[in-house]
Amino acid sequence: MTKVGVVVFPGTNCEADVIESVRALGGEAEMVWHGDASLPAVDAVVIPGGFAHGDYLRPGAIAQFSAIMGAVKEFADKGGPVVGICNGFQVLTETGLLPGALQKNAGLKFLCQPAELRVATTNSALTSAAEVGQTLHIPINHFEGNFTCSPDTLAQLHDEDRVVVTYVDNPNGSMGDIAGVCNQGRNVVGLMPHPERASNALLGSEDGNVMFTSLLQSALTNA
Amino acid sequence: MTFSVLVEVQLRPGISDPQGQTIERALPNLGYEGVSEVRVGKSMRFAVDAADEAAARAQVDELCQKVLTNPVIEDAIITVEPT
Repeated sequence: MTKVGVVVFPGTNCEADVIESVRALGGEAEMVWHGDASLPAVDAVVIPGGFAHGDYLRPGAIAQFSAIMGAVKEFADKGGPVVGICNGFQVLTETGLLPGALQKNAGLKFLCQPAELRVATTNSALTSAAEVGQTLHIPINHFEGNFTCSPDTLAQLHDEDRVVVTYVDNPNGSMGDIAGVCNQGRNVVGLMPHPERASNALLGSEDGNVMFTSLLQSALTNA
Repeated sequence: MTFSVLVEVQLRPGISDPQGQTIERALPNLGYEGVSEVRVGKSMRFAVDAADEAAARAQVDELCQKVLTNPVIEDAIITVEPT
């Protein structure tokens, strides 16, 4: 069975939701402590949301030096699927596994609300089971979700079809309405919205499941 | 030798600064006209032991690149002084 490792830093708070979402789709999931220098035998890695190391200095700034991140980088370099959700996205940009940075929201409001997303590419570990142009209703919950990069990087992301999901109504000022991007290998994906909070009709939306289904498929290919 | 260090972290030119913009927009309401180009950053002070000022500066440069700033969006102005 496909197994997903869910990285837990001090201050991470979405790990249980991610694990529940993966298990509901028939996958296996286990927590991985940030202080461990190696990953257990997993087929995919998720860095969930929260406030790793209190978000001190900058979100993700301290987390990039946690022992586990060396193993995560190695796993990603070998093509293993790695997904960063919200704070996990911030950690992946700080680590350099993904381009750009997440700035304070334009308007300086902490945003906790439903968001309408559009799938921009299905060529990524997180959207392979979706359709281009598909609309997904997945909530956001962040203060620093304003995707920022140089004009050159933005052009490169578009040229290389690496924008994974965009906002229909840009809530936070992100350049290019970007809600999620992937690396050149397309196995590392980061997004600000929380698919695990849209994984059951009881939560108001099941649209996040197509992302976890994609991740489990990518993990299976990688296994 | 111990050197006292001041690192001023600023958003790079061209990077939008939501805090600076909000402050700038608020100032006319308080009766302050003619204030522009508001940019908000943060400063850090610490002490560094090094053989000389150049070595201290090199170490602080590296610290800024690796952890104290995010070079994608931030620049650092570094001041190093003997204590």
